Amino acid sequence: MSETPAPPKMANTKPARRWQDLDLRALAPFVALAVLMAVGYLVNSRFIDLDNLSNVLARSAFIATIAVGATFVITAGGLDLSVGSMAALIAGTMILFFNGAYITDGYGLLATGMVLAVGLGVLCGVANGLGVTAGRLEPFIVTLGTMAIYRSLLIWLADGGSIAMKSLALRGEYRPVYFGTIFGVPFPVIVIIAVALIGAFLLYRTTFGRHVMAVGSNEDVARYSGISVGRVRMLTYVIQGVCVAIAVLVYVPRLGSATSTTGLGWELQAITAVVVGGTALRGGVGRIWGTICGALILEVIGNIMVLSNFISENLVGAVQGAIIIIAMLVQRSLARRT
Amino acid sequence: MPQHGNNHVGGDSQAVPVLAAAGLSKSFGSIEVLSGIALDLRAGEVHAIIGENGAGKSTLMKILAGHLQPSQGTLSIDGHEVKFTGPVDAEQRGIVLVHQEILLAPHLTVAQNIFLGREIRRGLTLDDRTMNRRAAEAVHELGADVEPTRVVERLSIALRQLVQIARALAVPHRVVIFDEPTASLTPVETDALLKVIDTIRAKGIAVLYISHRLNEVKAIADRVTVLRDGKWIATREAAALEPIDMARLMVGRDMANLYPPKSQVTQAKPVLEIEGFTVPGHAANARFSLHAGEILGFAGLIGAGRTELFEGLLGLRPGSGTVRVGGAATAFHNARQAMEAGIVYLSEDRKGKGLLLAQDLRTNLTLAALDRFTSGLLIDKAKEWEALNRAFGQFDIRARSKSLLAGQLSGGNQQKLLLAKMMLLEPKIVIIDEPTRGIDIGTKEQIYRFIASLAASGKAVIVISSEMQELIGVCHRILVMRNGEIAGEVSGSAMTEAEIVVHATGVSREVANAQI
Repeated sequence: MSETPAPPKMANTKPARRWQDLDLRALAPFVALAVLMAVGYLVNSRFIDLDNLSNVLARSAFIATIAVGATFVITAGGLDLSVGSMAALIAGTMILFFNGAYITDGYGLLATGMVLAVGLGVLCGVANGLGVTAGRLEPFIVTLGTMAIYRSLLIWLADGGSIAMKSLALRGEYRPVYFGTIFGVPFPVIVIIAVALIGAFLLYRTTFGRHVMAVGSNEDVARYSGISVGRVRMLTYVIQGVCVAIAVLVYVPRLGSATSTTGLGWELQAITAVVVGGTALRGGVGRIWGTICGALILEVIGNIMVLSNFISENLVGAVQGAIIIIAMLVQRSLARRT
Repeated sequence: MPQHGNNHVGGDSQAVPVLAAAGLSKSFGSIEVLSGIALDLRAGEVHAIIGENGAGKSTLMKILAGHLQPSQGTLSIDGHEVKFTGPVDAEQRGIVLVHQEILLAPHLTVAQNIFLGREIRRGLTLDDRTMNRRAAEAVHELGADVEPTRVVERLSIALRQLVQIARALAVPHRVVIFDEPTASLTPVETDALLKVIDTIRAKGIAVLYISHRLNEVKAIADRVTVLRDGKWIATREAAALEPIDMARLMVGRDMANLYPPKSQVTQAKPVLEIEGFTVPGHAANARFSLHAGEILGFAGLIGAGRTELFEGLLGLRPGSGTVRVGGAATAFHNARQAMEAGIVYLSEDRKGKGLLLAQDLRTNLTLAALDRFTSGLLIDKAKEWEALNRAFGQFDIRARSKSLLAGQLSGGNQQKLLLAKMMLLEPKIVIIDEPTRGIDIGTKEQIYRFIASLAASGKAVIVISSEMQELIGVCHRILVMRNGEIAGEVSGSAMTEAEIVVHATGVSREVANAQI
């Protein structure tokens, strides 16, 4: 084709971004969040108070962190239903370790427990990943199975009850991880930002991230392009496990215990956050900041319902369920326009 | 290929056309893709529409079948002006479209598919007996016998297509539009399909036939309309038009040298040697060698195991045997290992295995060679854009914007992008499966030149193709596969379609000669 005379002149730089190129789907969750904030203010002016907002942010940390991991899994065309059970199992195991380990130095004990928690997260992720890659099973089936397994293990460890941190001193030392602030910014908020930054870096700027999108976009094309599809998928589940562990690290100091209901329904909230954020559930498109926004939307809705007198906050699940359906409808109508 | 239509009087030229278009134009935004097309379809004729990709064939077809509304111009049936509100409206007026893609429910039976959406009922329940009987009749009428209760998934591509045609013809019809129906068929299957079309024509139905394959058009059509760049160029009697003339009209220039001259192969040591390679269920005991600067063809019917043999060799599916690259024994377990050994494979399934249709051109271009576009952990996007710009120039990729998605490119430009993607790996051995399937003749010529230049620069090339003409035109040597085995080799003056058919089908030379 080099013989073809005079190829059409091409600008030698990347094309300028014009406003038509702006993907409305990427913008939609942020617009929705802004609208919700305005609604919140109208419903109850206390909504906009710094105290309330930072509380909302801190409470969204668990789901936001888990959802960043879910963004990887879903972008690669997978699904992880086990994250809520995994969170409970990791929390319970970590607390049991705190209660039973022979380490006298409080901070040393905390640090060891945290490393153990992350390691357990990796293990749980590997288990899910093995089922999907080596076992060649549907992610839905694999993680439906591990969802039951992880939760049941926690209930067994807790002997059907709850596992609580016994040492009050240790609780005191651990407390700042949820309740503390750095330069006035609540610690959980810093966790969200850090996890999102690392996630965005991995997904958007590295070869691994590109491969995640390729695998989710079309597994065969990825394979024929020399990408190790199994390795990429496995890594997304491991990242998910690590994110769950990080969420647990922030969660445990809040209540100091794990019960059979810890993390119940988190998988649905995480998936909702991811999808509301604009990531395609069928894979191939991932939006980390959209996911964070989605997690905030869920928490803001809950908060507004608590602050308002119109709807019972017991209906929060119904509203969140409606949100995911509405988000999908909006996404599709925006997709049709472009 | 037998001549089907030539002693046939192509419709009645005096009668009012069944379907006619006048001054038909269509614009998308500011881009005019069709302008001032005139066309008349007569009862009992096969009218072929030919043109390069982007010439407006598919837009015209969509307007005629009611999928699109024309921006300007009129359509008339039996001389009365009509406006279709949609494909259902067009179908009710007797215009049916046989899609290029097979749109059948794979898990349903032949009869269930043929009657899908228009099931015959007896009271509240389905009347399967009647549907099965009528489905069998419909398929039989098309010259094939398929059990109506067979599940479509288990049928060959050719039979599935037949079912699809039977489904289209199950409603009362006067005009049948075929959109590149032979794109994925072998010569034998194509021939069977042309017989079917002949049968349809004999009933006095008007057939509109869209194809890239000019020999086929010559064989079946009564009249040929040529489009170029959205404009009507000519409508001629097919009898007075040779394929080479059609090609000239399509591209607007002389096509005498569709195939570039072949370079000399220096018989040095082979770069690739295969012995006793078996891909379970598809290919057995394959043995061949490939030299630097050589273009080696692989011919055979669809299902002969050509694609599977190479997917096995490259570790894309299970297979075993001796593989020597540059004299050293090796085995590939995945595409990455083959790429590292300097071997790339361009899949016949461009859309399914070659490109990420929903991702942009840049992402697609660098996907296989992403390691060359990183600094540290980071992907260097500026370098990627640079590569895309270079690829656009080197491979003459044409797109209205570089931020398009790969799926928005035409077939020819997708193939060029796939070539550019794999060439980024700087391979020594290039395996191209069906390099010009679904591609217009102008782009074909470019691809042939590119293949020749690869060989001239010392790379070894393997071309797998169902188009025998193409293999004869570009290859130094052709291996023919039959039922998973390499059944023969043709080279030099023995490279003829007849000789390939002999090896591919196992028929005698006399039969092969009679078929060609």
